[in-house]
Amino acid sequence: MPYETDFTNQGFTKVGTRVNRPDGVDKVTGRAKYGADANAAGQLVGRVLRSPHAHALITKIDTSKAEKLPGVKAVLTSKDFPDLTGGNRGLMDILENCMARGRALYDGHAVAAVAAIDADTADKALKLIKVTYKLLPHVTDVDEAMKPSAPIIHDWVRTAGVTPAPTAASNVAQRSEFGHGDVEAGFEQADVIIEKSFKTEQTHQGYIEPHACLATLGPDGSGELWVTTQGHFTFRNVCASLLGLDVAKLKVTSSEIGGGFGGKTHVWTEPVALQLSRKANRPVKLVMSRDEVFRATGPTSSTSVDVKIGAKRNGKITAATAELRYQSGAFPGMWAMFGAMTSFACYDLKNVKSVGFDVLVNRPKVAAYRAPSAPMAAFAVESVVDMLAAELGMDAVDFRIKNAAKKGTKASYGPVYGPIGIGPTLDAVKNHPHMKRKLGKNQGRGVACGFWFNFGGQTCTDLNIGVDGSVNLTVGTVDVGGSRASLALIAAEELGIDYDQVRVTIGDTNSLGHNDTTEGSRGTFSSGMATIFAARNAVEVLRQRAAATWDIPVEQVVWEAGEARAKGKQNNNLPPLSLKEIAAKSPRTGGPIAGHNEVVADGAGVSFASHMCDVEVDPETGATKILRYTVVQDAGKAIHPDYVEGQFQGGAVQGIGWALNEEYIYGDDGRLQNAGFLDYRIPVCSDLPFIDTQILEIPNPNHPYGVRGVGETSIVPPLAAIGNAVSNAVGVRMTHVPMSPPRILKAIEDGQA
Amino acid sequence: MEVQLSGILSQAADGARLVECTGATIGELLQSLVLRYPEMQKHLDEGVAVAVNGEIYRDRQDQPIPTNADVFLLPRIQGG
Repeated sequence: MPYETDFTNQGFTKVGTRVNRPDGVDKVTGRAKYGADANAAGQLVGRVLRSPHAHALITKIDTSKAEKLPGVKAVLTSKDFPDLTGGNRGLMDILENCMARGRALYDGHAVAAVAAIDADTADKALKLIKVTYKLLPHVTDVDEAMKPSAPIIHDWVRTAGVTPAPTAASNVAQRSEFGHGDVEAGFEQADVIIEKSFKTEQTHQGYIEPHACLATLGPDGSGELWVTTQGHFTFRNVCASLLGLDVAKLKVTSSEIGGGFGGKTHVWTEPVALQLSRKANRPVKLVMSRDEVFRATGPTSSTSVDVKIGAKRNGKITAATAELRYQSGAFPGMWAMFGAMTSFACYDLKNVKSVGFDVLVNRPKVAAYRAPSAPMAAFAVESVVDMLAAELGMDAVDFRIKNAAKKGTKASYGPVYGPIGIGPTLDAVKNHPHMKRKLGKNQGRGVACGFWFNFGGQTCTDLNIGVDGSVNLTVGTVDVGGSRASLALIAAEELGIDYDQVRVTIGDTNSLGHNDTTEGSRGTFSSGMATIFAARNAVEVLRQRAAATWDIPVEQVVWEAGEARAKGKQNNNLPPLSLKEIAAKSPRTGGPIAGHNEVVADGAGVSFASHMCDVEVDPETGATKILRYTVVQDAGKAIHPDYVEGQFQGGAVQGIGWALNEEYIYGDDGRLQNAGFLDYRIPVCSDLPFIDTQILEIPNPNHPYGVRGVGETSIVPPLAAIGNAVSNAVGVRMTHVPMSPPRILKAIEDGQA
Repeated sequence: MEVQLSGILSQAADGARLVECTGATIGELLQSLVLRYPEMQKHLDEGVAVAVNGEIYRDRQDQPIPTNADVFLLPRIQGG
C-alpha cells in the first residue's frame, strides 16, 4: 500500500464541527440542477411503451404507424439492441430488463420506445405502436413461486448452490447457506424454543426525484449522458458494454440527486435514451413518470422468513436457524443470500444456520435498497428474540446484551469480528432516558438491533489549489447524503485552512479515474480516505515550494496550522509562509499546486445500531402513531455530526414507512394496483415525531480518522423495533409487514378469537 | 493455510467448507484456489470478498495474509 490507512487517533480542529452545507443555497433556491433540469439544442422527448401484462409472449410489434407520425424521429424495439454481452448473463439480464426480448416479464416491462419533437407527439406515437401479446401464466408471490406447480419465469435457470446440480428449470435461482456449529445439538440443550414465520411486503426506495437523463450519442460512437445516478462511472461502463461503445468516448455527468437509496445504482432507461439518440442523431431527454418508477425500477424484495431460536433459562442462546425466501423480481439476484448473511450477525452464537432462497417472480427486477435485505431478516429474528426474552422473563435489552457479538465472536456469516459496536449501542439503549419514559394505555415499546457490512472500493480524487489559496476538491463519488461538506472538512483539516476555502465538485467521468458507485455507505469513508492522501500530496508540494523560496532543504520545512514553517535554529529568521502566500507565488515557483490520489479503500468495518420505539395503537381503527423514536449507532468518527444524524433519521423514517404503510399491492391479474404516492403512502413530517439520535464513536482501525460508513444500518432495526412495540401495545405478535391498520385489526381479532 | 467457504462458494469447491491453499497475499490465495478448483473462477469473475482476521477486503489483492490468519471467502456484497 502506498499510503498508511491505519487509525492514528489524531486531534481535530475542523472535523466534527457542524458547518453549513455547501449545496444548501442552490437546493432551496431552485438553482441546483437535477436529472430533468438539463437541456440541449434540438433535443427530443423520449417515451417508453410498457407491458400491461405480468407475463406474456410478444408475438408481434408493429411500429409502422408510429414511425410515419410527423415529428417522430426514432422508434426502438429489442431489435435495436443487438446482443453485445459476450455471453455475460448478468449484462444480458440488464439489457433484457431495459427492453423486453420477445417476452414481457412483469407489468411495466419496456417493450418499445420513441423519440419525438415534443411530449404530445411522443405520447401519440406510443399509442400507434401495436403490440400483440399471448398471455402466459404468472406468479407474483414468493412462496407461490417456489411451488412445483408455479409457472417458470426462465427455462434456463437452474438452482445454484445445490449439490448435485439440478437439471430441471426452477424459479429458485440460488440457495445459500451460512452458519457453524451443530444446531440440532444446540436446540436439544435449550430450555425454551420459539419458532415463528414472518412476511414482509415489497417496498420502493421512494426517492422523490424520478429517473431522468439527457443522452447524446452520435453515429461515431461518441456521446454524453447527464443523469441522476449514484454511480456515473458504473453507468458509463454498463452503457458502453450494452451498446458497444468505447468507455472513454462516453462522458457521463451526474446531476444533483433527489434521493437514490440503492435504486439509482442500476441502469433502467439510460441505455434506451442513448440508443434513441444514436438512431435519431439528436439529443434525447427521457424522464420517467412516477407510475413508471414504481412499475419498472427496482423495489426491494418481498419476503417470507421462518426463524427458530432456543435458549437456556439463564438467557444464553443455544441455537438459531432461519430460512429466508426473497423474491428478486423477474431476474436472478442475491438478495436472500444477503438476508441469510445478516440475519444473526448481531449475536454470539455457537450453533447457527441460515439458508436463503432467491426466487424469481413476475415483478420488476429487484434493486438494492439501503442495507439491502437486512431489514427483513432483522424483522423476523429480532421479533423472535423479543418473544424468547418474554418467555424467559428477561428484559429484552438485557437478553440482547447477554448474547451480543463482540470482538473475537465468530460471525454467523463466517469471519471472526474485530472491534465492533453492538454491545456499546445496547448499553447506550439501556441507559437512555427514552427507556425510562412511562407508557400509557394502548402504548407499547420496542427495541431492536441491526447490522450492515459497509464497504469501500475504487476511489480517485484530485485537489487543486488556486492562486488565491482557495481549494477545489474533485471527487468521483456522487453526493447522496452530504459528503461534499464532510470532504471539505477533511481537506480543510489536512491543509489547516478554513472550511469555506474548500469547494467540492463531483467530477464527470472524463475528469477522474474510475470511482465505484456511492453505495455500501462508502462515500465519506472512501473519498474521505482519498481526500486525506490527496491533501497530503499537495502539502508535500507546498513544503517543496516553501523550501525553494527559502533555499533550504525540504526536510527542514514542516506544515503546521495551514502554513509552512522552517525548522531549526539556523532558520529562525524565516517567517512562516501561509498556503495563500505560497499559492500566490505558484505561477513563478513551478506552476499549479495539486494533490492527487487513487486508492482501493478496503477495511470499511462492519456497522451496528440499536433502536428504541414507542407507539400508540388505536384499537378501533388499527392506526399506529409513533410517539418516540431513538437511534443509537456507531459512526466510527462523525466527520459532520449533522449529516450523520441525518442519515440515522432518514433510515429510521424509511423504516417507519416500511413497517406501517408501504406495500406493493398486486391484483390477481399480476398488475400493480398502487403505482403512485397517493396509494403508496410514504411517511410525511406530520406522521413523525422528532427522531432522536445518539452517535457512538468507536474508531474504525482501518481509516486514518477512524471513519465507518453510516448511511445504511439505520434502516435495519425499524421494522423489528416497531413490530415489537406494536406487539407489546396490542398484546398480539405481529408477523406481517407493513403493519397497516387492517392487518393490526385482524391480528387483534384473531388474538381475541 | 486453511480457507473457510460457505454458500455457493462452497459448492464450487466440491462442497468443501474448509480448503487448504497457499499465498502470502489475497491475490496469491485466490490464484491458488482457482488452480485447485477451476469452478471458482466464475465466482471470482463476479467478485468475491476475503475476510482476513475479521477485516473484509473486496478489492485489495495485494493485502498480505499473516501466518495463521483466520481467512474466510465471502460472496461480494452489494450496497444501497
